[in-house]
Amino acid sequence: MSSNELTREVARRVFAAEFNDATYTFKESDDERAPNYALLPTGERANRVFFVGTLTETEDVGEDNEYWRGRVVDPTGTFFVYAGQYQPEAAAALRDAEAPSYVAVVGKPRTYEPEDGRINVSVRPETIAVVDEATRDRWVVETAERTLDRIEAFREWELEADAPEGATTVPSNEYAAMARERYDSPVENYRRSVVQALEGLEEPTATA
Amino acid sequence: MSELRQHAEDVHAQFSDHVDVDVADVRERLETLVVDYKVPTDEARRSVINHYLEEAGIEREELAGGSSEAVSIEEIDEPERWVELTAKLIELWEPRSDSIDQVGLLGDPTGTIKFTKWAKSDLPRLEEGGVYRLRNVVTDEYQGRYSVKLNRTTVIEELEEDLEVGDDTSVIEGAMVDMQRGSGLIKRCPHEGCTYVLQNGRCPEHGEVEGEFDLRIKAVVDDGIDAHEVIFDAEATEGLTGLGLEEAKEMAMDALDTTVVADEISDRVLGSYYRIEGPTFGRYVLADDVEELAGPADSESLLIKARSI
Repeated sequence: MSSNELTREVARRVFAAEFNDATYTFKESDDERAPNYALLPTGERANRVFFVGTLTETEDVGEDNEYWRGRVVDPTGTFFVYAGQYQPEAAAALRDAEAPSYVAVVGKPRTYEPEDGRINVSVRPETIAVVDEATRDRWVVETAERTLDRIEAFREWELEADAPEGATTVPSNEYAAMARERYDSPVENYRRSVVQALEGLEEPTATA
Repeated sequence: MSELRQHAEDVHAQFSDHVDVDVADVRERLETLVVDYKVPTDEARRSVINHYLEEAGIEREELAGGSSEAVSIEEIDEPERWVELTAKLIELWEPRSDSIDQVGLLGDPTGTIKFTKWAKSDLPRLEEGGVYRLRNVVTDEYQGRYSVKLNRTTVIEELEEDLEVGDDTSVIEGAMVDMQRGSGLIKRCPHEGCTYVLQNGRCPEHGEVEGEFDLRIKAVVDDGIDAHEVIFDAEATEGLTGLGLEEAKEMAMDALDTTVVADEISDRVLGSYYRIEGPTFGRYVLADDVEELAGPADSESLLIKARSI
């Protein structure tokens, strides 16, 4: 889709539990500058993500140059955010940040393979901003909603794809098909994460 | 497949004046494409129409819209549809070619749309401010924007009543995820009527000029489905950030650097959620009305859904 080159990539909403399972990455064309996508297990491609969570730790893990790692926790897991010399603003934000605090992060999914053969998913941040608790709660609800939408679309597709006479009339859900081919973990896991995240909001904050 | 029969009847009605064809034949062609070859219905209909056009040796424009259906402007969301509009002529533009008789903007309570009237169609002239019922106009699309074309078969009826015209107001709710270059304290060309933003003290039209300070934000507001580009003028920027033009100038003066203003603004707004309302201009939404979404969103109904699916 050539028109996509001019449009800005949308920032997907995804909980950490699902994001960290998005180990498969791909491009839509052979063009060297074509955008990279992480495949979300609920059946969507993500070139960019937006999340809000608690920054719990920051550490300079660089050797010669500064290379900052931040852990940002949401109700389902932890996002690992890495910023070095090529992301000076995000690196400065991590350097100056106080933990714990709520941060909103816009960034790109990245994968790397440590020696044990696993694939780790992390975030290369574009911006990191300190926000308040209400913003974080709003993000949890919004992300729950977007995730449920993806799960519903995935299941609809699955039902029709598996129906005996369905082979020809399946409405396309390209990324759901790709996710089922690439990943083992069922979307049910991510429905549970959503329930868990929303239940966390319902709990009354500690009363005096 | 009663849907196909309906399409067949529509197509037949469009052609009955031009070629000798019966409904069953039209339907059979549609069925072959849709059922045997899995062509989407709209595409099949288009293809069948093209077949008969060729057979009859006529242009698409000469076809009477057998099923010209009355629609509002906001409902127009696909090209090549024959529709009937009741709309007010908001303004006429200068035609760029001799083949165009009149071109301009039509409006109804749901929005506005461009129209084109071809010279060869030989239709009566439309006047600015007039309200018309236009039967048999064809929708068109270019780069995601729709227009309507009047043609030889279009029936124009001038109405006596006035019509309220709505604007293309967009409402966006989402997180502010980015501020683009050219945000913050900028300088504009001082020439009257010229609104160019200076790049290194130069106006693309008037060259090197002494610029006038202005304040604006070009932001990206993203709801997880689309990324919207939003422009805040000086007033909207102050409403959003509490930072006015005078204060921004002082800040820049103290720092001997204008970029501190953009930095300060992004510190205040990035990562937060807003509801933005305003008219659409090309790919930008102009922020008229801005509200920070500070309260938590309702999670209860969502939790019920999450548990039940």
